[in-house]
Amino acid sequence: MDSSQIVLIAWIAVKIIALVLVLLVSVAYLTCLERKVIGWMQTRIGPNRVGPLGLAQPFADVLKLLNKEIILPTASNRFLFLLAPVISIGTALAAWAAIPFDKTAVLANLNAGMLYIFAVSSLGVYGVLIAGWASNSKYALFGALRAAAQTISYEIAMGFSLVGVMMAAGSLNLQAIITAQAGGIWHWFWLPLFPLFIVYWIAGVAETNRAPFDVAEGESELVAGFHVEYSGTTFALFFLAEYANMILIAALATVFFMGGWLSPFDGTPLAATFAFVPGFVWLLAKFGFFIFCYLWFRATFPRYRYDQIMRLGWKVLIPVTLVWLSVLALAIVGHLAPWFNT
Amino acid sequence: MQRLFRYIKSFSLWDLLKGLRLTGRFLYGRKTTIQYPEEKTPVSPRFRGIHALRRYANGEERCIACKLCEAVCPALAITIEAEPRDDGSRRTTRYDIDLFKCVYCGLCEEACPVDAIVLTRHQDYHMEARGENILTKNKLLAIGEHYETEIAADRQADKDYR
Repeated sequence: MDSSQIVLIAWIAVKIIALVLVLLVSVAYLTCLERKVIGWMQTRIGPNRVGPLGLAQPFADVLKLLNKEIILPTASNRFLFLLAPVISIGTALAAWAAIPFDKTAVLANLNAGMLYIFAVSSLGVYGVLIAGWASNSKYALFGALRAAAQTISYEIAMGFSLVGVMMAAGSLNLQAIITAQAGGIWHWFWLPLFPLFIVYWIAGVAETNRAPFDVAEGESELVAGFHVEYSGTTFALFFLAEYANMILIAALATVFFMGGWLSPFDGTPLAATFAFVPGFVWLLAKFGFFIFCYLWFRATFPRYRYDQIMRLGWKVLIPVTLVWLSVLALAIVGHLAPWFNT
Repeated sequence: MQRLFRYIKSFSLWDLLKGLRLTGRFLYGRKTTIQYPEEKTPVSPRFRGIHALRRYANGEERCIACKLCEAVCPALAITIEAEPRDDGSRRTTRYDIDLFKCVYCGLCEEACPVDAIVLTRHQDYHMEARGENILTKNKLLAIGEHYETEIAADRQADKDYR
């Protein structure tokens, strides 16, 4: 191995560390934001004691969790019990490798990027399943079964809506998908693929096991679902993984349907005025909107009953995607302006 | 026709959007949080908080060890031992209230013929060590001395109904 390769590897490692650090800090602040936003929506003011405006709260929480004892239930399978949170956080972070942050800022510009992300984020369910099984607790097992069934069902609807994105963009490369949406806000895929966009977002919320699809945690009946036996650092890893997945789903919604780092003013007279704004600012603004939607939904919607979740996934979302894929195919064959006429 | 309307309504997520609009409005609305140690909600003069033993204005303790409070206490939280004092009057030598047993029903206060045991309006107290949950006679008298003006004012405010 010559020196240029070593430098290259070191440079990639630096980029990975920078990305992971930023991601973990934003996850920490996402938990704080969640408590604040939900508090405001419930006419409370949320945490405000630790630091100015409660901004040091995430660090207090992290310190508390790291200081706590990791309890290993005697009946558990030790190896799998400790492996499960590692799988969860590993897959949640690995998927970020292919997310483009700007025209050139992407860790790995994979040609099969969409496939890679879909595969890696699907692996996350193994962490949940193994956690539930290895805990050897009835609540954890039920939570894991629910989470697995729910994730797998909604992956189908999500996969179909991504097939629509693939058809419209003609590529699996995330950068190519973004550049295929160039030309202003009405060229982004949310408009021609509107039903798929909605289905993707609902399936995304269900995939991450967030409210209103959080039966896997179901604190009113399952205590905490699959991570009921976890404490301290191992619990913190599950927590990080859940929130990293939320940001990931928001990022994917941005990339697939909202034009990624493209400016919303392209194609309008304002395009030149806002040309100085770097792409990742638009990207972050779009991330922020979707993440806020997560919190908004959690503050608004009551939890679905389990059979209702299955009905919605199999009997509503999947047929909707199939119908719209046919419509989309016709539109592409007919070179429907202004989206598919090039 | 109605069925069609229902389909349109559910596929446009109309109800969900209405719900989101409601919580969205509350996001900017007035917050009702009381920031507790700095701000407090008003407390009724009848509030039943931590116990106190009162004294007369001349410094004599009111309790005459009749043990009515001990008898009426539904949680058996009160323990009293009594002996005649040197001047021949009947007084308690021990008056313990177990705060872990007490249910703050206020029956002891109602039973007391001389207004000796009272429940004050203070609810924010804590224990740091095992055994501090037992309020001894000295502690109860100290609480009574500390809050005497407030206790007297509260009894006065409520006197027509006692």
